[in-house]
Amino acid sequence: MPSTPPDRPLLELSGISKSFGGVAALRSVDFALRAGEIHGLVGENGAGKSTMMKIIAGVHSEYEGVMRIDGKPVRFRSARDALAAGIGMVHQELSIVPELSVAENVLLGVQPVTRLGLIDWRRMVREAHEHLAALGIEVNPRASAGSLALGLQQLVEIARVLFSGARIIILDEPTSALSPPEVERLFAMLRRLRGTGRSFVFISHFLDDILHISDTVTIFRNGRRIETAPVAGIDKSWIIQRMIGTGHDELASSYTGEMMLDGRADAPVVMQARGLTRSGAFRNVSLDVRAGEVLGVYGFMGSGQLELARSLFGKQPIESGEVQVGGQPVRLSSTVAAKRAGIAFVPESRRSMLFAQEPVYKNVSISILERIGRILLRPAVERRIAESHVKRLQIRPPLVDRPLGTLSGGNQQKVALAKWLTHLPKILVLSEPTRGMDVGAKDDVVKIVKSLREAGIGVVVASTEPETVLSLADRILVMKKGEIAREFAREPVSKDRLLAAA
Amino acid sequence: MSVTEAPAPPRRSSFSDWMRNQLRNIAPFATLLVLVILFSLASPSFFTFDNLQNILQQISVTGIMAVGLTFVILCAEIDLSVASIANAVGIVVAFFTLQDSTVNIANIPLPGGFAIILALIASVLMGAANAFGMTVIGIPSFIMTLAMLQIGSGICAMLVRGQIAYAVPKVIATLGNGSIGPIPWIVIVAAIILLLGHLVLTYTRFGRYVYMVGGNREAAEYSGVNVRGILAAVMIISAVCSGIAGMLGVAHFGSAQQDEFDNYLLDSISAVVVGGTSLFGGQGGIGNTIIGLFVLGVLNNGLDHVRIDSFLKILIRGLILLLALIVNVYAQRLRSRPGSAT
Repeated sequence: MPSTPPDRPLLELSGISKSFGGVAALRSVDFALRAGEIHGLVGENGAGKSTMMKIIAGVHSEYEGVMRIDGKPVRFRSARDALAAGIGMVHQELSIVPELSVAENVLLGVQPVTRLGLIDWRRMVREAHEHLAALGIEVNPRASAGSLALGLQQLVEIARVLFSGARIIILDEPTSALSPPEVERLFAMLRRLRGTGRSFVFISHFLDDILHISDTVTIFRNGRRIETAPVAGIDKSWIIQRMIGTGHDELASSYTGEMMLDGRADAPVVMQARGLTRSGAFRNVSLDVRAGEVLGVYGFMGSGQLELARSLFGKQPIESGEVQVGGQPVRLSSTVAAKRAGIAFVPESRRSMLFAQEPVYKNVSISILERIGRILLRPAVERRIAESHVKRLQIRPPLVDRPLGTLSGGNQQKVALAKWLTHLPKILVLSEPTRGMDVGAKDDVVKIVKSLREAGIGVVVASTEPETVLSLADRILVMKKGEIAREFAREPVSKDRLLAAA
Repeated sequence: MSVTEAPAPPRRSSFSDWMRNQLRNIAPFATLLVLVILFSLASPSFFTFDNLQNILQQISVTGIMAVGLTFVILCAEIDLSVASIANAVGIVVAFFTLQDSTVNIANIPLPGGFAIILALIASVLMGAANAFGMTVIGIPSFIMTLAMLQIGSGICAMLVRGQIAYAVPKVIATLGNGSIGPIPWIVIVAAIILLLGHLVLTYTRFGRYVYMVGGNREAAEYSGVNVRGILAAVMIISAVCSGIAGMLGVAHFGSAQQDEFDNYLLDSISAVVVGGTSLFGGQGGIGNTIIGLFVLGVLNNGLDHVRIDSFLKILIRGLILLLALIVNVYAQRLRSRPGSAT
C-alpha cells in the first residue's frame, strides 16, 4: 500500500477541460479523491460525469488540465496506461467473458503459465480461489462466468480489476441491475475494501444508493463541478436541487416549475396490460392506456421502460402477463401480430427504424403497403401519401424521392412517425422520441404527438429524459429497476419529483 | 437488357454523387465492355453470332439458378445448396422417368407430367427445409444451406448409386436441349425466368419487402413486415429455380449423374455478386445479375478462344471474381458514407 499523507489526495484533477467538436463537455473541473474514500458522482445525462471518468481511466487522452496521482502529474495514453497506474473501471455493461470460467475471467490477461508456455490451470484456479475468498466472494472458480447471477458477475469483474492491481476503481451505475440484497452484498464488499485503502468513484442515478454508500458526493451540471460535500450533512432533495440547477441556467429552469397532470379518467381504455414480466428487463408491470391519452413511462437508463416499449410491439417476447387491446386479448408474439392488433412503434435508435438508402416515400409506405395494393405496388399512390405527410409534418427537404439517409435526424424521426399516420393505429408506442434532437425538432414532435392525442390514439412514451415525459405526458409511470415505482396522475409534477421517485 | 431502374438522380445532387451511387451498376457493365473488346481483338472467332449463341446457352442454366439466388442475396442471406438441389432435382426427374434397359438404376417410371411435378415438389421441400432451419430453428443460412448441400448430394448418391441415367420427360428434353428456329429453348426459358424475377422484384409488394428486409432487417421488423415469412419465401424460390435449372441442365447435358453441377454453385454466386448485387443486401437486382451472367459467360467462353494455359484460366477467373468483390464492397462503402445532410 502506498503511503499517502492524509492531507494529500490520492488522485487529483485540476482545471480539466474537454470538448468534442467545439462542444464543451467539461469546463475547468477540479476533483480530488482520497485514499480509502468512496466518492459518489451524480449529474444528469450529459453533465460530464462519464467524460471525466473516461479521462481518469485513460480512454480520452486529449484534454486540458493536469491530473496527479500521489502528487505526481500523469497523463494516460490508453486504458492500459491507467490500469498500470492503478486505476480500473467497471462499466455498466460488464466486460466479463461469459464463456470463460470465473478463474479465467479474474486472471484474464495474466494467466499463470507452465514452463512449456501452456496455461497452468491448477495454479490459475487456486489463485483465483484465494483472491475471491479474500474478497469474501463465494463462487466456484471453475463455473462459467456467464452462468452466474448478474450481481455475482459484477463482483467477479471487480475482483479482476483489483487483481490487476487497481487502487482506484470507477464504478459506473453498479446498482442499476441489482436486487436489494445484491446491492447490500456489493456495498459490504466496498466498505471492506475501503478499509484496506482502496478508493472508489461511484457513479449513479440512484441517489439513495449514493447517499447510502458514499463518504463524499460531487455534483456535475453542464460540464461543471457544481459542488462537493461530505455525505453527512446532505439529503436527496439537496442533491436534486443542485443537479437541476435553479434559475441560473435557462435550459433547466423551464422544467423546474410544477405542472398539473390532467389524466383523462373518462375516456375508454384502449390497451390494458396486466403483470407483464420479461426476466432481466421488467417485472410485473400493469398499465392502462386510454384513448386520447399520452402515458409517459419514465425511468433511468436500465430501468426497463425501453424494453417494455419494445415488448409492447412484440419485438421481444413477454414471458408472462396479459395484454388486451380494445377489450380483446392479444398475443404479442411478433411485430406482425402487434401491428395487426393495432399497435404501432417507433424505436429509440434511428438506425433500427429507417432504410437510409431508400427514398423517403418507400420509408413512409413500408408499413401500409398491403393496404395500397395486395400484390402489385402502386408507386404513384405511395408518393402521394408520402407527399401529404411531408407537407403536414413539414419534413425538409420536401422531396419524397430523396434517400432518407440524406435528411437530418429530426426529419428522419418525423418520417418514422409518418409511417404510422396514414392508417391510424389504436396505440402508438414511442421510445425516446426526442433523443438527440434540436429544440425545433423536439417542438415539432410534441406537436405531432398532441395532434395524435386529439385524434383519440392512446400514446405511450417511454424515455430516460424527464423533459421528454414532462412535455408530452398526461399521466406518468415511473419505473425503477424493472418495476413500476410510482404513478403521477391528476396531480402536480416536476422534474425533481420525477427524479426523486425514480 | 437494362440494369435495374435506378431512381432518377435527385435533383440537387451533383454528377459525381450520381456516379458514386451508380458505381455498383456501372462497374460490372464497364467490365463486360472491356472483356468483349479484349476478346474481340484477340480472336476473330469471338465476336460472331454463332458464338453469342454459345455464350447464351452456356449461361442459361447458371442464369436460372442465379434468379433465385438474387432473391436470397438481396435479403442478405446466402444459399450454398443451389447447385446441389439442382443436381438432386435433375436426378429425381430422371428417377421417375423410364430409363433405357442398359441403365442399371432401380427407378419408378411415371408419366412425364407426374415426374416433373414430383421433382418440383422435391425442390420445394428442400427449400422449405432450408427455410425451416433458418427461420424457425435459427440456423444461419450459411450453415443451414451447407448442410442442405450435403443432403442434396446424399439424395443424388442414393438415387443413382454411381450410375448414369439418360432419359428425362419429353417436355424437359425439348426445353433443355431443343431449339425453336435458331434459338435454343433453354435460352428462352432462362430469359422468361429472369424476366419474371425482375418483374416480381420491381413491381410487387413481395419484391419491395425483399429489398427492405435486405436493406435493414430490424427496420423491416419494426415496420411490421413479416421478416421470417419473406426469408422463408426467398429460400423456397431459390430452391425451385435451382430445381428447374437442374431438370433442364440434365436434359441439356444429356445425362443425370452425381456431381455434375459442382461448378454451378460458384458460377451462380459469382454471377449475382459480379453483377453488383450487394452481399450486404438491399441493393442490386436481376438487371445486375444479367450483366454478371454475361461477364462470367464472356470470360469463360473468351478464354477458350484465346487459347491460353487452361490452368491459368482458373486463376484468371479467380482474380476477376476478387476484383468484382472489391468493387462490391467499395461501392457499398461509398454509398453508406453519409451524404450531405441538410
